Formats: sequence, structure tokens, C-alpha cells
Amino acid sequence: MADTRPSASIEAVESGLAAQGYIASRQIATAVYLAQQIEKPILVEGPAGVGKTELAKAIAAWRGMKMIRLQCYEGLDEAKALYEWKYAKQLLYTQILKDKLGEVLGGAPTLEAALNQLHDFGDVFFSKEFVEPRPLLQALEQPAGCVLLVDEIDKSDAEFESLLLEILSDFQVTIPELGTVVAVSPPTVILTSNSERDLGDALKRRCLHLHIGFPEQKLEERIVESRVPGISQTLRRQMVGFINEVRTLDLKKLPSVSETIDWARVLVLLQAPELGHEVVKDTLNVLLKYEADIEATMPQVSTFIAKASRQGVFG
Amino acid sequence: MRENLHRFFRAARGAGVRLSPAESIDAMRAVSKVGFTDRTILRDTFLLTLAKTQDEKKALGDCFDLFFDQPEPETPPEDGKTEEQDTQGSNAASDSPGETSGGEQAEGLGQLAQMLLAQDRNQISAAIANAASAASLSDIRYFTQRGIFSGRILDQMGLQRLRDDLDNLTATNPALAERLTNALDGLRGTVRDTVSQALMLYGREEAENLRNEILRNAPLSRIEPRQVEQMRHLIRQIARRLRERYSKPRKRQRRGHLDVRRTIRRNAAWGGVPFLTAWKRRHRDKPKIVALCDVSGSVARVSDFFLLLIHSLHEVVDDVRSFAFSGHLIEVSDILESKSPEEAMAEIMSKVGFGSSDYGSSLDDFEHGWMNAITPQTTVIVLGDARSNNLDPRADILRRIAERSKRLVWLNPEGRMAWGWGDSEMPRYSTFCTVVRQCATAKQLERAVSDIVASYQ
Repeated sequence: MADTRPSASIEAVESGLAAQGYIASRQIATAVYLAQQIEKPILVEGPAGVGKTELAKAIAAWRGMKMIRLQCYEGLDEAKALYEWKYAKQLLYTQILKDKLGEVLGGAPTLEAALNQLHDFGDVFFSKEFVEPRPLLQALEQPAGCVLLVDEIDKSDAEFESLLLEILSDFQVTIPELGTVVAVSPPTVILTSNSERDLGDALKRRCLHLHIGFPEQKLEERIVESRVPGISQTLRRQMVGFINEVRTLDLKKLPSVSETIDWARVLVLLQAPELGHEVVKDTLNVLLKYEADIEATMPQVSTFIAKASRQGVFG
Repeated sequence: MRENLHRFFRAARGAGVRLSPAESIDAMRAVSKVGFTDRTILRDTFLLTLAKTQDEKKALGDCFDLFFDQPEPETPPEDGKTEEQDTQGSNAASDSPGETSGGEQAEGLGQLAQMLLAQDRNQISAAIANAASAASLSDIRYFTQRGIFSGRILDQMGLQRLRDDLDNLTATNPALAERLTNALDGLRGTVRDTVSQALMLYGREEAENLRNEILRNAPLSRIEPRQVEQMRHLIRQIARRLRERYSKPRKRQRRGHLDVRRTIRRNAAWGGVPFLTAWKRRHRDKPKIVALCDVSGSVARVSDFFLLLIHSLHEVVDDVRSFAFSGHLIEVSDILESKSPEEAMAEIMSKVGFGSSDYGSSLDDFEHGWMNAITPQTTVIVLGDARSNNLDPRADILRRIAERSKRLVWLNPEGRMAWGWGDSEMPRYSTFCTVVRQCATAKQLERAVSDIVASYQ
């Protein structure tokens, strides 16, 4: 498990992720492979709940590395993402060291000489000891490398993107008072976005651009199989077929993979042998998150079940 | 293969994928890791490294398929293919057993004629590909160049010699001459297809730019039905550009510099230690827009685009209230905000559209219903031709609107020459307007709206 070397092939990535319960499509595996080979971050876009964040977790678990997560939000800035000075500690130390001041300045005959002596000590308070590393700096300081997940980058402000650029292209940050901190070993960086706002070109250029959409039916069945082992094959096929039908509707929020998994768990818990009208009606709220969506789907339920079962027979 | 990659990058640029050199270097590094053997993986690799949006991915994927389907002069044909074509070739031969003697008669003929008569498709397609690269087919940009490039390729392949052969054969061996003529027609067709494919690969962007440029300057009222969809696309592009340009700075300037004086005063109680900071706030007018859009019969062809643009205004500016009128006036802000452009426009048109316009009563409706929507910070935009069918224009109401608002902008789809002629009340209205602009093309529309939004920045 603790294999931190770059993997040898795309298949190795696929099986490695699968061992962690993440069933990757070929595109995803190719992206992960390339990210390691040419040392580039991956920008993952796609609707909510298709497994963007999961991907980062799976990579970290598979390669036995620590995962550092930076959740983005509006107003996120340097002090919260990169580093901050430990002001309280600095203040405390100045208070404690006040008494020492006399000793330091004791020999100085004039004010000017005292000032000069002070200058010699000036940079003490802006040294490594007083830096509070935040996720980005932490990620660079990991000796064994890590997976850095910058989650929902589209929620942050445009300025924050620029802050990331140095890390993404060179795996280093510059702290004005200290100099440049270069990554001990380059982290695997995953950025996720729901495309709430358009990201800058500069950011996109530094990343591999991976779009994860809703998976194909076969792939989704395999995902359910790996995540909810207790489910029977017929039911699995039926429910995935049903969800694919639901996705053709014009809904506010289409059910994604995480909802599929939740629903599969619920169905197993209810010990449903197969997809029935009553069961679906009772559990539709697991799948759909808006009242209006549920109302829109209700009348179609029977048709969808029929369609999904037919697929089960012939598929 | 390197050369091929570069050609592919050029084709991708043609397909509208914005590629910087840095990206193509990345792609080449990535390709060197995955190799060329597996086409699907190669495709994925390009999609990952080059394309930056879903649209680009789609365009690039199509481009990839188109590009790698082209006959490659260097690569030997796959085994399966030759077999298939061999059987086809033998089929063709067995279909016409009387003409198998063509080989002997072809002795005195030129290379191209021999090749055509031999019906070796691989050889022909390789020859076309070679001639195409000799004629630098990848330089093709516009559809008007199709003829030129087809001609060049055929010349490269030795059309002149073939013509001579044909002239000789018509006298000596008419049957063979006819077969050769048919084969030549087939060749022309294939070359034409090759050129069209190349045009699709390399010429798309330029052709699109040209078309957009023409469309931007075309009068909105003269747009033909088949161009309407393109025009909508263009207006949406304009709207997106507006949004990108004007939504960013608003966020950036939310917080200004430290207000030292206020900070010190506020912290006087703690001996001047700045626990609380005070920030200078840049005082900025929030854009407030009231848009009145004429959707009557006389401007029906343009009002579609007006509504589309107002729809986009709703996305750029928070505080927009929109009204549509022909005979009377209704508020349409909710419709425009909650629905997609097409649905919203259909609903508005069904409610008030296509009637004969009555500016007087519409202004009257506005004054009675929504006059207090106008504050001294409001910009009022009127979109319409000011043709009131000889009814009372009620310019007095427009004066009151102008007095209450910050600015009153009138955008008229008619040319200045037409203002004041017939039932146009434009001269009367324009005395109260801050700005009056002709707004007949997409370009003018973009400028006008851009000015309006920019004045709030």
C-alpha cells in the first residue's frame, strides 16, 4: 500500500485506486497517471457528488500519503491558506524579553548606538519559529510528500487563484520575510471545482483538466458493487438503470454517484429484493433533494421501473 | 511524428481550442510518457493536457477523430484494411473480366493514369496525401479556397499528363478512355473530400471569425431566419464578455485601504493599540437599471435580441428591473430572471408582443405602476423605434422619468435618417434623453450596453 513511487502504468493506477474502493474510469486513471509522470496538478470539474473529493482521498490512501485538505470559501486569504505570523507568541516573547533589553542595550552610550544594536536583533521575531503554517505551507513541508486537495476552488475569490499559481507551477511559495520555501517532495495536487464561476486561464494552464461527469451505467454498477457489497446484482442493475432514467429529466439537482450509493445502502437496509413502486416512492427523498424534483419524478416512477427492469433482462 | 503533432496542434487551434506553447509542450511531454500505440489513451491525454473547458474538450475530441482519420502518407496501412481492399479490388476485377487487359494497354500511359486504372486505393490515397502536403493544404483558411487547393493537388498528381493520355486514348481505345474518365471523376471527388476535410480542420476558426465579424455588423432587422440562431449565440458571447469584464472589479474593490484616522479614534480606549481596524470604503454607486423594451410588431425582429441582451444585463447587474410593452406595459423582471432566455422571450412575446405600439399609454402605465422604481441612481434604458402610430407620445412622462433618474438612454434600431419621419416621435423624446444612440447591429448593441455598465465602475 505504501507505494509512494510513481506508478508504472495506467492499469496500475486503475487497480491501485480500485483497491481503495474507487472505481476510476479510463480518463480518470490516465489523468492520475499523467499527473505523476509530468508532475502537474489536476483540476477536476464536474457536478456535485460524482467523486471529485473522493478521488483525492483514494489517491492518498492508495499511495499511503497524508492528505491535506484546503476547503475554499469566499474571502479565503493568504493568512488562512498559506501561513500566518504567530502574533500572540511574538507579543508574549517581547514582554518576557523586556528585561533582557537592558542587558542588550546596557553598554550603549548613545540612543543611536542602542538603536543599531536593536537592529541586529530585529529579524528574530520574523523567523521560522514564529510562522504558523497553514495547509498550503504544510503540504510543501511534508518530507514524504502528500496529496494536497484544494477543494471547491471556484468558491474562493479570483485573487486567491493568483496566490496558488506559484505553488501549482513550481511547488514553492515565497514568504517575504523568510525567502522561498521549496517543497521537500512535490505534492500531488488535486483541485476541485463545481464551475460556479469561471476559473482564470493562468490557473487552468498549470493544470491537467479533468472533467468527471455522471459515469456510464456499467461503471456506476461497478462503483455500487464496490461500495455496497451486500446488494444483489438484479437490484443493482435496476436501481442504476432507474437513476439513469431520472437523470434524463429536467431537474434542479440531478442525482449523482453519492446519491446512488446512499440509495443502494437504503435499499439494502430495507431488504428490498427488487425495485418496486412502493419502495421507490418511499425512498425517493434519498435520491432527490428538492420537493419540486420529487414531484416532477413521481408520475414517471412506474415507467422508469419498467424500463430499468427491461434493461436488466436484456443488459 | 513530431511534425504530425505540430500539425495536430494547428488543427486544434483551428477548431477553437486556445493553445499556448506551454500547453503544447506539456502535451508533448505527456505523449512521450504514454506513447502513440493506444489511440484512446492518446485522445484522453490530449483532452487532459490541452482542453480547458467542456466545450474545448468536445471540439478537440472531434478534431482528434477527424485528424487521425486522415490518410497518413508515412504510416503503412493496417493489415485488416489492405485485406479488405484486396478483396474489393479482386471483386472489382472479377466484375469486369473483359477489362483486365488494362495493364498491358497502360504501358504508354503516365503514372497517374496507370495508378487510376490499377485501382489501388492505398496507392491513390497515399498519392493524394503526398500531393496535399506538397500543395501545403494545411494552409487552407476559407471555403473560397477549396477550388484552388483541389486544382493544386490534382496538378501535383499529374493531371496535365493524364489529360494528354486521355486525348490520345479517345482516338485509339475509347473504352479505356471512358474508364479513365470515370476514374478521374472519382479522383476529383476524393480530392474534393480531402480538401473539405482539411478546411474543417484548419479553416474553422478563421471562417468563424469572418462570419461573426460580418454578423456583428449586419443590421439586426435584416437577419435571415437561418442566421438567427448564430446571432443569438453571438449576443450570448457578447453578454458573457460583458459579465467577465464587469463582474470582477466590483468584488476586488469591496474593501479599500486602512483608514488610519478612524482606526486610531476607535481604539483610543486601548491606548492606541489597534484592536479594531477601520477600513476606508470606496463609495460606489450600485448600478440600478430600469429597462423598457418595445416588443411591438414594427421592431419584432429586433426585440428578440433586445430581450436577450436585457436578460444578460440581469446577470451582470444585481438591480435591474425590466419592462416590456407594445400596446401596454408589464414588468418582466421575474420572467427574465427565473427562465432560460428562450422560454422567457417566448412568454414575454405571448403576453405583450407583436401588438401595435402605443408609447403614450405604455409610458402612462409605467408612471402609474412603477414610477417609484426610479431613484436618482437609476439609469433608464429605452429600447425602441419611437414609432407611436400617431397616438399621443406623452413626452411629458418621459420628461418626468428623465428628471427622476440619473441618466436616460434611448437605443433606437432605426438609422438617424429615419428619426422624425412618418410617425417617429424620436426628436420629441430625444430632448429629454441623456444619450440617444442608433443600435441596429450587434456591435452597436454591445457598445451601448458596455458604456452603460462601465459608467458605474
